[in-house]
Amino acid sequence: MISSSTTESGTAVEVAGLSRVFPRRRGDDVRALEDVQLTVSQGEFVSLIGPSGCGKSTLLRIIADLDAPTAGSVTVFGKSAQQARLDQDYGIAFQQAGLLPWRSVADNVALPLELHGTGSRARKDRVAELLELVGLGDFARAYPDELSGGMQQRVAIARALAESPRLLLMDEPFGALDEITRERMQGELVRICAETGAAVVFVTHSIPEAVFLSDRVVVMTPRPGRIIDIVDSGPGDDGRRDDDFRDAAGFFHTVARVRELLHGGPGAHAVAAIRGVENR
Amino acid sequence: MSSMEAGTTATLRVRPLSDSRVTTLVAPALFGVLVIGAWQLAVQVFDIDPFIVPSPRAIYDALVDSRASVWEGMRGTGRNALYGLLIGAVIGILAALVANAVPVIDQMAAPIVAALSVVPIVALAPALYTMFGAAANTARVIVAAITVIIPVYFNTLRGLRQVRVVHRELMHVYAASPVQIARTVTLPTAVPYVFTGLRIASSLAVIAALIAEYFGGPVDGLGKAITTAAASSNYPLAWAYVIGAILLGLAFYVVTLLVELRVARHQPGT
Repeated sequence: MISSSTTESGTAVEVAGLSRVFPRRRGDDVRALEDVQLTVSQGEFVSLIGPSGCGKSTLLRIIADLDAPTAGSVTVFGKSAQQARLDQDYGIAFQQAGLLPWRSVADNVALPLELHGTGSRARKDRVAELLELVGLGDFARAYPDELSGGMQQRVAIARALAESPRLLLMDEPFGALDEITRERMQGELVRICAETGAAVVFVTHSIPEAVFLSDRVVVMTPRPGRIIDIVDSGPGDDGRRDDDFRDAAGFFHTVARVRELLHGGPGAHAVAAIRGVENR
Repeated sequence: MSSMEAGTTATLRVRPLSDSRVTTLVAPALFGVLVIGAWQLAVQVFDIDPFIVPSPRAIYDALVDSRASVWEGMRGTGRNALYGLLIGAVIGILAALVANAVPVIDQMAAPIVAALSVVPIVALAPALYTMFGAAANTARVIVAAITVIIPVYFNTLRGLRQVRVVHRELMHVYAASPVQIARTVTLPTAVPYVFTGLRIASSLAVIAALIAEYFGGPVDGLGKAITTAAASSNYPLAWAYVIGAILLGLAFYVVTLLVELRVARHQPGT
């Protein structure tokens, strides 16, 4: 399975000179993103991390064509963000699971397939496969209000994967979960990504989460939102992303490196006034 | 691991009807029995004339003796109320859909609907009897329908605007067509609100259909029966028809409530 940027050529996401300004009445416009450059290769897992207001969610929303840049360009698989959305080139998961409460788990996962005209036979098979993938095979007929937060989030991930996208966009999908559920979901996401070979852009404010999951961690800073550094991460060539990796020296090194960057410590770029970073 | 999670969360859900306990039924029932007992006692002890207030015993006897005629009256008024409810619901829902889709119409309609909601609709009854003829039930159905339109319109319109941001963005991401968005997200979101409107409207429809009978029209409803019995000094019978009206209103309310609970069982309360 393809899980590293080095094993496959081609670009999933290309962001160049991207800026986003939210105009406000008094004239003190919010510069959410300023001159952002980022390339995500196919099959690569990239996390965007930074304190609130650093524009990480805005960047993800622009890639998803839920927002438009003020300046600069975004290409997704060589197309405009809008065209990529219309072609359904990516799957997306938000911090809220956003399931439709009146639909069963199976019907929620089937939603994108249904909207895009997949036949009911193929739809049924695919839904069963996806629910098995996220470990909810027994819950096809349950309704969202009967599931825990973690289970709802897994349904949302299954829905995001429904059309086998080559790119997965995730905006703090585990942000509302408790620590234990969260680590288990991270493990499952690593497994799912290995199985599907999709590129992932993952927004988080948790340093260990970003380091555990990512091939590269993009560290961002607010006011104006910009990238201060990109840190390589991973267990090395012979290692695996499992609980041993969480205890490995390399893991702690990378966590410390990202933390330094966020807090503007030794070796970091001069970064003023970064607060509110969670060290989960 | 999944089964453990389900075990702790699935039982937490509260279902409004099955959750009611014995005390919630016994306490009001006991209170009702006490009130009726005191009423019966008061009528006997103070020897109150039936035209002031008949005893519960006399009302019960009248109800049993004339049950066929009370049932007949309930069917007559109930039919008018039901037609009014259905017609009013269809118009109210369609109007809300149009107002939601075309903001200009919403802005134009808002003051009219607000004005309509304070007009005593039954006051139109005499004029409507003249328009449609006193031998037809049309006027009563129209009065009930107009009464129904307002709560159904307001609640449906409110429901159509409850679509969550995350659902709207999801549909945008899926590049869904306007028809798909309406069918998969907007309408299902509004459904519980529509049924809340229908529940409020259901008892209003019965009241409107019944009161409209006081102003004329054919003699086949509870309202007419109440005025006729009272005019012929048969007060216990008049009260027996009132009991019939209460039962009819309750039946409309309970049926729409059950439908509402069933339809909205997986959605947060409105």
